[in-house]
Amino acid sequence: MITLAHYIVFAAVLFCIALAGIFINRKNVIVLLMAIELMLLAVNVNFIAFSRYLGDVGGQVFVFFILTVAAAESAIGLGILTLIFRNRRTINVAEIDDLHG
Amino acid sequence: MTIQLAAFYFFASISVLAALGVIGLRNPVHAVLSLVLTFFSTACIWMLLQAEFLALALIVVYVGAVMVLFLFVVMMLDIQVAETREGFVRYLPIGLGVAVVMLLEILALIGIRAMQVVPPANPARVDGLSNVAWIGQALYTEYLLPFEVAALILTVGMVAAVALTLRRRKGVRHQFPSQQVQAKPRERVRLVSMPAECKEEPKS
Amino acid sequence: MLSMHTLLIIALAPLAGAALAGLLGRQIGRVGAHSVATLSVAVSCVLSFWVFYQLVWGGAHSFNENLYTWFQVGSFSAHVGFLVDRLTALMMVVVTFISLMVHIYTIGYMADDPGYQRFFSYIALFTFSMLMLVMSNNFMQLFFGWEAVGLVSYLLIGFWYKRPTAIYANLKAFLVNRVGDMGFVLGIAAVVYFLGTLDYAQAFQRAPELVGRTIQILPGHAWSAATLISLLLFAGAMGKSAQVPLHVWLPDSMEGPTPISALIHAATMVTAGVFMVARMSPLFELSSTALSFVLVIGATTALFLGLVSIVQHDIKRVIAYSTLSQLGYMVAALGASAYAAGIFHLMTHAFFKSLLFLGAGSVIIAMHHEQDMRHMGGLRKYMPITYITMWVGSLALSGIPPFAGFYSKDSIIEAVSNAHLWGSGYAYWSVLLGVFVTATYTFRMMYLTFHGKERFRVDPHAVKGDEHASHEPGVLAHPPHESSWVVTLPLILLAIPSLLIGAVAIKPLLFGGFFGSSIYVLPAHNVLAEMAGHFQDWESFTLHAFVSAPFWVAMAGIAVTSYVYLVKPSLAGRIAKGLGPLYRVLCNKFYFDELYFALFAKGGVRLGRGLWKAGDSTLIDGAMVNGSVSLVARLARFFRVLQSGYVYHYAFAMILGLILLLAGFVFTGHA
Repeated sequence: MITLAHYIVFAAVLFCIALAGIFINRKNVIVLLMAIELMLLAVNVNFIAFSRYLGDVGGQVFVFFILTVAAAESAIGLGILTLIFRNRRTINVAEIDDLHG
Repeated sequence: MTIQLAAFYFFASISVLAALGVIGLRNPVHAVLSLVLTFFSTACIWMLLQAEFLALALIVVYVGAVMVLFLFVVMMLDIQVAETREGFVRYLPIGLGVAVVMLLEILALIGIRAMQVVPPANPARVDGLSNVAWIGQALYTEYLLPFEVAALILTVGMVAAVALTLRRRKGVRHQFPSQQVQAKPRERVRLVSMPAECKEEPKS
Repeated sequence: MLSMHTLLIIALAPLAGAALAGLLGRQIGRVGAHSVATLSVAVSCVLSFWVFYQLVWGGAHSFNENLYTWFQVGSFSAHVGFLVDRLTALMMVVVTFISLMVHIYTIGYMADDPGYQRFFSYIALFTFSMLMLVMSNNFMQLFFGWEAVGLVSYLLIGFWYKRPTAIYANLKAFLVNRVGDMGFVLGIAAVVYFLGTLDYAQAFQRAPELVGRTIQILPGHAWSAATLISLLLFAGAMGKSAQVPLHVWLPDSMEGPTPISALIHAATMVTAGVFMVARMSPLFELSSTALSFVLVIGATTALFLGLVSIVQHDIKRVIAYSTLSQLGYMVAALGASAYAAGIFHLMTHAFFKSLLFLGAGSVIIAMHHEQDMRHMGGLRKYMPITYITMWVGSLALSGIPPFAGFYSKDSIIEAVSNAHLWGSGYAYWSVLLGVFVTATYTFRMMYLTFHGKERFRVDPHAVKGDEHASHEPGVLAHPPHESSWVVTLPLILLAIPSLLIGAVAIKPLLFGGFFGSSIYVLPAHNVLAEMAGHFQDWESFTLHAFVSAPFWVAMAGIAVTSYVYLVKPSLAGRIAKGLGPLYRVLCNKFYFDELYFALFAKGGVRLGRGLWKAGDSTLIDGAMVNGSVSLVARLARFFRVLQSGYVYHYAFAMILGLILLLAGFVFTGHA
């Protein structure tokens, strides 16, 4: 039988891979964005697993909303990315430090 | 080992390997394709969880639209691979270290008890509904307002993406149909009233 | 019977007059203003006499009722009410009568002044305030009246507000009075604290409870409650009645117009302290310490400030210092528990001192606002009415029988000699020597002003333009002449009581139990009762004077002064030179002003500067305002280093926080 632990551990592994991705690819914005997508996916797995094992529809509805927001987020993120590339001819995050105090 | 468990391990391992590919592959295009594979495998796992609607939505909407958007962007932008890989080896140990610590912590929090939790009967089936009807009923009654807000967010996201990337190039000739339609003859032709000129008649 | 309406009219008529003259002064004009104000005070005066008559001969009982409850907090309440007994009635008569005289006199004295309506408004307001003070039946209203007369006094000293000296003087009066009033307020607070009431009747009824109660102000020093209350209340009296060392404001208050000097700074307001102490006799009687203090302060004031009067040249200042000295006599009487004698002297003094002030004012008008006696002399043939009435006042002041002052002052001296308190020996010698001093300065003033050679010259061309403008001293545009009837009529009306009131009033007032229960004296302190043993009537009292010390001391003073100023005028200067250091000390009024200036004024400035530098600039501006700014800036300089601007640094911080949070969950076991 597949227990709840299977799914949660799977989600945790996905999440940590995404985390490592953020650390390793600190220059490439596209990979950063993709790592964030992976994290959201891991969270969604958790939601659906809990929804199934608790018999509550709320988890699945929540995933629906997360997908919506993530879609909007990646659309805007990619928009910003193209803008940055257009203006600076690079997507190297190390060269983007406009937030520097 | 049941067939479901075997399927779970199969899809899970593909998904994890693909995820490693996302962060590890040198070519961004390969990385995006790897991400697509991750999503696809995860969608299969959702199928195992009997969340059919979301699994299909993930494939159709996310893989079909969002990931392709990623792919477009990656292909459109001229990215020097060597530059973006800078520091990969240097940060590998710390990245792995942090990830492993986090994973251990999460595992410690999950604990042994979750191993004993077995799935109950499918709640949608208990109510005599399909999964889609089950979500749909909740979405259009209890979650109506958040649903509409989500629609609004999508619209705003779309408008924002368009507004961000919109630019006017110089030196491009455009037509402005609205102005052409609104043109009025009065603004094009100017009638000037002048006194009639006549030759000066000598006085007799 | 006394009705509330009568009393209300007495109190409120002057207020109405003040409001009309002050607020509508421009509409009703000069004549309107002085008519309204004088009429309102006249109504008050007539009704006061009627009340006095009812109480003394009509068999009416004392009136003590609350008219209005101001506020009530639990069992504690503050009222507006009237207590009218014989003591109050006497004060009302004196206040309204002198006030009426001064109103009439002012019509002549202030005739040319641009602030005519304002002046009438003020003095009518003063009458109202003073009536509220004396008619009060509780401490709160007493304090209201107390401060109100202080306010009007302030306004009137600075009446000629364009003179810097006047503004200086009224500020000084106000500030010095604050010192006394501080004590007064604390005294009232102590009354509430110990007796739990503001009402006179209740407070006096509970007063015996004070015996044996103490309070620790400084740790280790237990103060008797009665002494504390009495001393604090007396501090108020010291300010208002200008006793040493809070007397410094009164001489300077002569910057005000002369009618004010007569009304407020001689006859009525300054005696409020004396009245208050007499009214509080049930409290003061409980503390021998306080009575000793009162006695010594009064006697000191009586002698030493009288001495200053001898060396003054300004005619008004002579009378001002004389007022201080006479107030000292009254206070000494209070200290000797001869409250009735103090009130008696208050009354006679009110008449003859306002007479002297108004007479001096008449002289000042005649001399075209010249106040220096060195430029007067020989005025008796120019202004006979002023001359005669001022002599009446002077003889009364010097205590020559049968003038009014003799009876009151002689009883005070005898009362002090009979007192058994600590310090009564010193007090007796002070008041006795004070008689010599009084006679000396009084006769010196009269001789310098009215007798001897004329030390001014008349030169119509010397003064150009405004008659009141400053001009060469001792030069007049016109010869001096007698003042008009509005000035001389009050002089005559005041001269009559100055002459007669002592002989008429001594028996009932001092020995006839006139005040009844208004004044309370412990049997052990009752010096007047001892004196009553050998008192028969005023004639024998007068005859007795010729074999008693005070009379002969006064005669000695008169003799010396007459010799110096009439027979050998050159002697005065030589005496002054011979007594060099003493003369200088007196001329500088014992250096009180210099001392206060150095100690309080400069000390205050230094304290203020210290607080400004140390407290404001360094602590508040430096440490708190700029300090917090620079602290924020310094912190920001540190924290901005953390803001690298690289997105992955922020992400790293977030993840680190997440790991720590999870670690927290893991190790505490809460999932």
